[in-house]
Amino acid sequence: MKADSNLKSILANNNFAVTAECGPPKGADPGVIRKKGAVLKDHVDSVNVTDNQTGAVRLSSMAACAILKQEGLDPVLQMVTRDRNRIALQSDVLGASSLGIRNILCLSGDHQSFGNQKEAKGVFDLDSIQFVQAVRRMRDEGRIIGGEQLSDPPRLFIGAVANPFADPFDYRVVRLAKKVAAGAEFIQTQCIYNLKRFAEWMRQVRERGLDKKVFILGGVTPLKSVRMAEYMSRQVAGMDVPDGIINRMRGVDPKDQRREGIRIAVETVGALKEMEGVHGVHIMAIEWEDVVPQIVEEAGLYPRPRTSEE
Amino acid sequence: MITAERKPMAEIRAMLAPYRKILVVGCGSCVAECASGGEKEVGLLASALRMDAKIEGRTIEVREMTIDRQCVYEFIDQLTGIADRYEIILSLGCGAGVQAVAEVFPKMLVIPALNTTFIGETKEPGLWVENCRACGDCKLGYFAAVCPVTRCAKGLFNGPCGGSKNGVCEVDPDSPCAWQLIIERLENAGRSDLLEAIYPPADWSRQQGKGPKKIVREDQRSEG
Repeated sequence: MKADSNLKSILANNNFAVTAECGPPKGADPGVIRKKGAVLKDHVDSVNVTDNQTGAVRLSSMAACAILKQEGLDPVLQMVTRDRNRIALQSDVLGASSLGIRNILCLSGDHQSFGNQKEAKGVFDLDSIQFVQAVRRMRDEGRIIGGEQLSDPPRLFIGAVANPFADPFDYRVVRLAKKVAAGAEFIQTQCIYNLKRFAEWMRQVRERGLDKKVFILGGVTPLKSVRMAEYMSRQVAGMDVPDGIINRMRGVDPKDQRREGIRIAVETVGALKEMEGVHGVHIMAIEWEDVVPQIVEEAGLYPRPRTSEE
Repeated sequence: MITAERKPMAEIRAMLAPYRKILVVGCGSCVAECASGGEKEVGLLASALRMDAKIEGRTIEVREMTIDRQCVYEFIDQLTGIADRYEIILSLGCGAGVQAVAEVFPKMLVIPALNTTFIGETKEPGLWVENCRACGDCKLGYFAAVCPVTRCAKGLFNGPCGGSKNGVCEVDPDSPCAWQLIIERLENAGRSDLLEAIYPPADWSRQQGKGPKKIVREDQRSEG
């Protein structure tokens, strides 16, 4: 079992990183996690586990990460500030490190009104940037918020997210700069369908020199159908699916739409590989994890580089 | 002002069911401004209660009174000598008013006719919007007079989340994204520098640190 973050080693050695997303089940069966882990293991460097995404109750991200760790994967613990105050967040950061989890992705989380617990109280004691800063200080200074010293600091590679497709557009790079200043070491972006807009955002990122300070992994989600493309375009705020992509999906027979979605994903990964300042891809195949190996292989990113083991 | 909305009639009727002598008390301040608990609304509610009783063949006695401020004892005192002639007080004050009246009349039951909703402003006739959570540590000076605690659905201090699109919040398309407003206002004021700063975690103890908040001002405490 590796004692350090595989993702960090991959990126530090100038490899183009590949991460994938694993959604935990709406139930207590650890077998689901093990199965998804087995599918992804050889084809990606690290696996993110989402934290009650869309505000719907699922098996905990921390538990799923611990299971993936047992299975020999390098998990990325997603943790949202929606459900935990600063006491719980910092406690879970220590807990994660104690379980051997070596990557954390700090987010605010989807608003509770989208989920299956709409009556829940949204915590949001910290925002994502304050959370990144808190984790960074815990790790580097060994101190929690307020300054109290830890007996042993957590060992974590610290990540945050960026959405180049939300508004106001020109502020998006400022927000990235704030996340980097707060201590983020890697960034995973919202799904990219509008490559033109993403390239423009990356231009701003390079202009500020941020690509030299943080590793940026572009988000890719394969489309299953034209319906999914339309849904994402219309119903999901901050998701930009251009008409060109929707029309391309519509142009193929429904039974071939998955194949077309994979093709688009592979092309997107290819474009990201060539884009200056992009250090990897994050493949979020929603409840379709078993397509990830195919995308990785077709994109020419297989086999994955091996990092030295302790 | 503090805004409120009348509770559903069924809920009010259920709470009043055991009582025949009812004192309906309005408040002439905030809840009058937002047309939920002033003299007019007291009249309407009292009429509805009398009508109910008449239809059901019950005899009830309903008296209407509206005082200027239900949260200040000097005004509540106007009920002294009247309140004890009734079995129950139905208050159209905000939550503070209901409790202040109960404090003055320790032996009487006081029930609320309103749901107190927020601190807000009258945006246009018939439209009130929330813009203050009384966090006890006003940060509006940093955020171009747009409160992120109240007006951002996630209460974010460091910029808009990924759900800001075309100026509106993903949670409610009828609500502007607070951060879009903050960014525009700071840019217009030539203070984009504030957008680059990392705002530290808030001190929520000022809002809920040790239970209910108090203000003690010695200069305001006259003897007698």
